Amino acid sequence: MSHSPSPTTVDAGGVASADYETLGTGTPYAFVAEFDNVADVMRAAETVRDAGYLLWDVHSPIPIHHINHAMGMRPTILPWITLVHGLAGLLFGLILTWWMNATTVPGLSASIQGYQFLISGKPMYSLPANIPIIFETTVLFAAFGTILGLLGLNKLPMLYNPLSRSRRMLRATADRFLVVIEAEDEKFELQGTARLLRSLQPRAMELITEER
Amino acid sequence: MSSISVSAEGTSQELSGSKQEQPQLQSQWEQQAYDPRERTALVLGEHDFTTVTDSVTGIALGKTPTMWYVAMSVSLSLLSLLVVTIGYLLLTGVGVWGNNNTVSWGFPIINFVFWVGIGHAGTLISAILFLLRQNWRTGINRFAEAMTIFAVCCAGIFPGLHVGRVWLAYWLLPYPNELGMWPQARSPLLWDVFAVGTYATVSLLFWYMGMVPDLATLRDRATKRWQQMLYGFLALGWNGSSRHWMRFEKAYLLLAALATPLVLSVHSVVSFDFATSQLPGWHTTIFPPYFVAGAVFGGFAMVLTLSIPCREWFGLKHLITHRHIENMAKVMLATGMIVSYAYSVEFFMAWYSQQPYEQFVFLNRPLGPYAWAFWTMVTCNVVAPQAIWFTAVRKNVWAIFVVAMFVNVGMWFERFVIVVTSLHRDFLPSSWAMFAPTWVDLGMFLGSFGLFFTLFLLFCRFLPMVAIAEVKTVMPQAHPGDHPVKFDYQPSSDTPKSLRRGHWFT
Repeated sequence: MSHSPSPTTVDAGGVASADYETLGTGTPYAFVAEFDNVADVMRAAETVRDAGYLLWDVHSPIPIHHINHAMGMRPTILPWITLVHGLAGLLFGLILTWWMNATTVPGLSASIQGYQFLISGKPMYSLPANIPIIFETTVLFAAFGTILGLLGLNKLPMLYNPLSRSRRMLRATADRFLVVIEAEDEKFELQGTARLLRSLQPRAMELITEER
Repeated sequence: MSSISVSAEGTSQELSGSKQEQPQLQSQWEQQAYDPRERTALVLGEHDFTTVTDSVTGIALGKTPTMWYVAMSVSLSLLSLLVVTIGYLLLTGVGVWGNNNTVSWGFPIINFVFWVGIGHAGTLISAILFLLRQNWRTGINRFAEAMTIFAVCCAGIFPGLHVGRVWLAYWLLPYPNELGMWPQARSPLLWDVFAVGTYATVSLLFWYMGMVPDLATLRDRATKRWQQMLYGFLALGWNGSSRHWMRFEKAYLLLAALATPLVLSVHSVVSFDFATSQLPGWHTTIFPPYFVAGAVFGGFAMVLTLSIPCREWFGLKHLITHRHIENMAKVMLATGMIVSYAYSVEFFMAWYSQQPYEQFVFLNRPLGPYAWAFWTMVTCNVVAPQAIWFTAVRKNVWAIFVVAMFVNVGMWFERFVIVVTSLHRDFLPSSWAMFAPTWVDLGMFLGSFGLFFTLFLLFCRFLPMVAIAEVKTVMPQAHPGDHPVKFDYQPSSDTPKSLRRGHWFT
């Protein structure tokens, strides 16, 4: 791991000199500011949001209550994905049960042909008797939709992430809270962003670079 | 909140300054708030995020406790019994079971219903208690869910073998085939295939999804290369992003909302297998709610059976506290009362119906040749749980353990009574018969415990046994007090598209 703990001093326009570590020697990828409690990181998130950054994130070991507000996140569209999949499952179950037991299409290959089951002279197709299967396919499809939607929106599985080179990320899943501002953000500017993060009084700051 | 700390005896790899173990001044019972207006801390002792992470990841990443090897060797011996009996059955035929023309369902269906029922407590804890905002569930959620999945694995074996020609079991699935043959979608037995199949799949997805953040914790805390590779692979690259967390929480809520009606449907459908038949003793409308309550009852007994030794052996007493055990015991008591009520209603309805066959079945149960099974059931399911009313019993976790063991036995006998006593004497006395299990029946039943405990022990050893991230959210550290958040969506609607990468939708 090319982790260099050498502190760099940046002249932050005479306000305060920001100390941060630099990981690697490439072009800047992101600034990381480390916090150790929820209250601080909430305040930090609001400040970064109000400063107008867009490509930034808060990494935490827990889902922080109300961080979506502090970060200005819009509600997720995931419920709609679930609904669409659930409706697809409903339709699938409906067509499946009907096709299997209540249809015969003359001339169609026997391998996909339905079979009209006559049970005790009851109607070929009656909705109540088929509800259990339709319900189960609805739930099954909706659950798959939820999981796949979650993975898709989160872009998981994520095979590589430049942040993962930083040892600080190891504790983002245990007991530390990291505010990460990406260098690709329009507002990102090495000294200005460093000054902003320093003003939030983090435990530590780190600049992660990337070889291109 | 209690200020006296209970030491967390347990394997702990320290991240930073280690907490000194403090002498145990009071039992956990004495620390609990007994004023209902007060809330008891869900994590006992002076713990923070660091120590909670340590105590759970330490189990998966640290050294294997000796007791684990002992337990594993017992489980593997039982599992080999399952393998041998299944092998023998496959080579010989289902005639090796004690099932006969009259009692055609016998042990396989008893065991199926028993195991599927056990699974239900896991989903109740993970989904229904989540929707009901019962925060104490976080401590026991993960392994209750694991228990669900392993119980459903055990359940699946029995009907799978009961179809007779196991190698054609895929005929149960609706797929286009050259025989022009489809399953009968109006049969409760096919409903069962769909219900149990969906239940197993959704439980597995829910369990795995909930575990991803904790697998990431294990990945980041692992020191051995193979552990980093394994957990890294399973964690899918989770990095604790708040944008991910927001969708994760929504997905969790959605899955809980889907799993809740699902779990109720599964045991209802299992009960339809019986209730839609014409057989006295089975043909009743009370079966679906009665089965669901029974499933939760038996499932909680199994959760208690697993959690009481586990918290002891793996040093998780600060996360799975006495209060957790007590709450579960209370749920067991409540569902036990529902089950007892269902028993009495069955008898009342048999009398009230004035239907001779129905009345005969309900006289045959307590007085006939299987009276011993009926009275075992009543003793274990109706009488034994009443002990939970007494503080002296709830005060001692091992007393609760004993009650839970009674319930485990009782719930198996409940299914025995339902299946065997209804079948063995029905309308025609000429076709009456007795049922006796063979050694294959008994071996397979014992063997299924081997499979269950083997899977469970592997889970305890290698996966996060307690939902670390979820437990942290119910600790005081997760709540920074009243932090006013002024709130505005970002980016605003007039932000140009070019600046919005990753913000088109969330």
